Amino acid sequence: MVRDKYHNQLIQLQEKISSLSELVKNAIKESIISLQDHNVEQAVDVIKDDIKIDEISTQIEIDCMRLLALQQPLARDLRLIVAIIKINIDLERTGDLAVAIAKVTVAIDNEIHIKPLVDIPRMATVVCKMIDGAQRAFCESDSDLAYDIAIFDNEVDALYNQVWREIMTLMIENPHNIRNASQLTLIARNLERMGDHVSNMCESIVYMVTGKRVKLN
Amino acid sequence: MINIAGHHRILSHDTINKIATLILWASAVITISFLVYIIGYIIIRGIGVINISFLLDSPRMSGAEGGIFNAIVGTLCLVAIALITAVPIGVGAAIFLIEYATDNPVTRVITFGVECLAGIPSIVIGLFGYAFFVVYLGLGFSILSGGLSLMFMILPWTVRASEEAIKTVSMELKEGSLALGATKWQTIVQIVIPGALPGITTGVILGTGKAIGETAVIMYTAGSSLLLPHSIFDPVRALPYHLYILVSEGISEDMAYGSAVVLLVMILIINLMAIGIQKMCNKRMK
Amino acid sequence: MIKLLENETIEIESIDINLWYDDVQALKDISIKLPKNKVTAIIGPSGCGKSTFLRCINRMNDLIKTCRVTGELLCGSTDIYGKDIDVITLRKKIGMVFQKPNPFPMSIYDNIAYGPRIHNNLNKNKLNDLVEESLRSAALWDEVKDKLNKSALSLSGGQQQRLCIARTLAVKPEVILFDEPCSALDPISTTRIEDLIGKLKKDYTIIIVTHNMQQAARASDYTAFFLLGEMIEFGKTKIIFEKPKQKSTEDYITGRFG
Repeated sequence: MVRDKYHNQLIQLQEKISSLSELVKNAIKESIISLQDHNVEQAVDVIKDDIKIDEISTQIEIDCMRLLALQQPLARDLRLIVAIIKINIDLERTGDLAVAIAKVTVAIDNEIHIKPLVDIPRMATVVCKMIDGAQRAFCESDSDLAYDIAIFDNEVDALYNQVWREIMTLMIENPHNIRNASQLTLIARNLERMGDHVSNMCESIVYMVTGKRVKLN
Repeated sequence: MINIAGHHRILSHDTINKIATLILWASAVITISFLVYIIGYIIIRGIGVINISFLLDSPRMSGAEGGIFNAIVGTLCLVAIALITAVPIGVGAAIFLIEYATDNPVTRVITFGVECLAGIPSIVIGLFGYAFFVVYLGLGFSILSGGLSLMFMILPWTVRASEEAIKTVSMELKEGSLALGATKWQTIVQIVIPGALPGITTGVILGTGKAIGETAVIMYTAGSSLLLPHSIFDPVRALPYHLYILVSEGISEDMAYGSAVVLLVMILIINLMAIGIQKMCNKRMK
Repeated sequence: MIKLLENETIEIESIDINLWYDDVQALKDISIKLPKNKVTAIIGPSGCGKSTFLRCINRMNDLIKTCRVTGELLCGSTDIYGKDIDVITLRKKIGMVFQKPNPFPMSIYDNIAYGPRIHNNLNKNKLNDLVEESLRSAALWDEVKDKLNKSALSLSGGQQQRLCIARTLAVKPEVILFDEPCSALDPISTTRIEDLIGKLKKDYTIIIVTHNMQQAARASDYTAFFLLGEMIEFGKTKIIFEKPKQKSTEDYITGRFG
């Protein structure tokens, strides 16, 4: 090892991405739990905790810029940093979407949901599983895993379509449902967007490992 | 606290430094004073007889009267012959040794030969010159015999000085020339020799200084005629040999000191020339 | 998929070049095609044989007596190591610029005129034109036009190196070999030389050996990576520096050894 300091910085950067994705995953989980439980306090916590996500994300961006400017990374290192910059943006956006869900929960307050929440939590579970997988693919430089993970986005999309149809039907049946229905649609939509972001992360990981630019959704 | 005062030393670094400087100064001063004493003594003893006619008149009565003009001419002729022959051979040998010769037995023998030649006592070279040029080649006591024998004296100097000078021409310059498609010979003529010229010149001039003062070599080869030579086949008497005869045969001590002064001045001029040429070349290179 | 070198004319091709210094093998089965009017960089850690290979191309290795070469090195269709090759003509055709600027200790004008004077008898006017043209091509004319008779050693390091390039251009080569041309220069002079190399490739085939990875990345079209006397990888520069195929190339480029 010749450039020890530089390579340690790269490793630290990888670790920061891992902790960022951990935080984002928690935010999603908690936003959905608070939605299910009508727990406004917990939702407010999710909103507040987004600051942490933003801080780490900004720090990752600064670190990347610094490494680019000072170390002129090439080949594998260059791809790693480019991937980190992109993954960082996707994760940060995913965190924002979790916040959006929490805000809806706050707005809903104690209103009874028009239907039992089944598919929405399932969407959230799939998204969290995807984030987990993407994180593992990233840490282990496993492009095959990244391809596999991206496929789960189809499942998220299918669930979204199902939720959407269901809610449409409920709205048509009873216009009183519209308020809660549109809130739930918004939440499902946000979860669907999260799936897209994770697919993008998988694209970045494939590029990082193989140098190939692919479209996975 | 770090103790920087160095109290525990008997003599501080500063004192030791001063003492060392003093000793070195003293050595230099002693050397210079010897030189000044010798030169001063000779000049004081010899300056009295020096005038225009001493330099330009032929010697009369075996040198007891008249001047030393013929001996000066003799010396210059001998040195000229020596240089004309020694420089091309010496520089050529040096170029061969540095640029062409591979490390093989022949080269080592040549290098060793040059070393040996430098170490041979001048009287032995004189004897060889007598046997070979004077007797065997039948050149007699003449400028040619003496000059060629002197050549053997200064040849090692020329070879060594040229070798050193050629070595100082950097490989990069030579490669630069070769990479432009120059042949080895073109590179030597246009890059190596001009680059080595200051060094070669200095070496040759210092060799000349040595040759001028040489007595033993020419004693048996150039003869001791006090007549002006008309060709290189005529015998001559060189200045140092003239000096030797003046003293050893008790002809005239004053004349001997006068000749010594002239010899000293000639050598001084040659050394100054060497310095001058070196400076000039350095300036041109910059 | 477009094959490497598909649209290129090959200027120099080496086929299984092996080189020994006495018993030490310095190059092992080097086979590489160097495209015409392109800049090819050779990179690799010290002692990997990159300079040795460069010096094979204009047979500068001939100066080293213990050096032995086998294999074929073609320039066009002539074998550089063929029996009837004239080294002088070869070196005229394949110029070289060295690591340390090595102007001759003579005037700027004479430095440029050195090659032409050796090779052909030009009259004064033609020689003047050639000197000006060469200095212009090397982007040095404006800086030295008023002091052509001054010693070349009075120039700065960067100027001296451009003078050496101009000197090489004056013999009208087809290929120019650069042996770490910027390693003794400051960053500004380095940029100028790199800039110049980029311009020169229009008319010349350029091969540059460099220690400086960024320089190879900036200045070259193709890059070859040498390691321990072997050529590990050859490819488009942009690919080598983004996603090399060989692990050792990637390790070297990213500073994990070397």
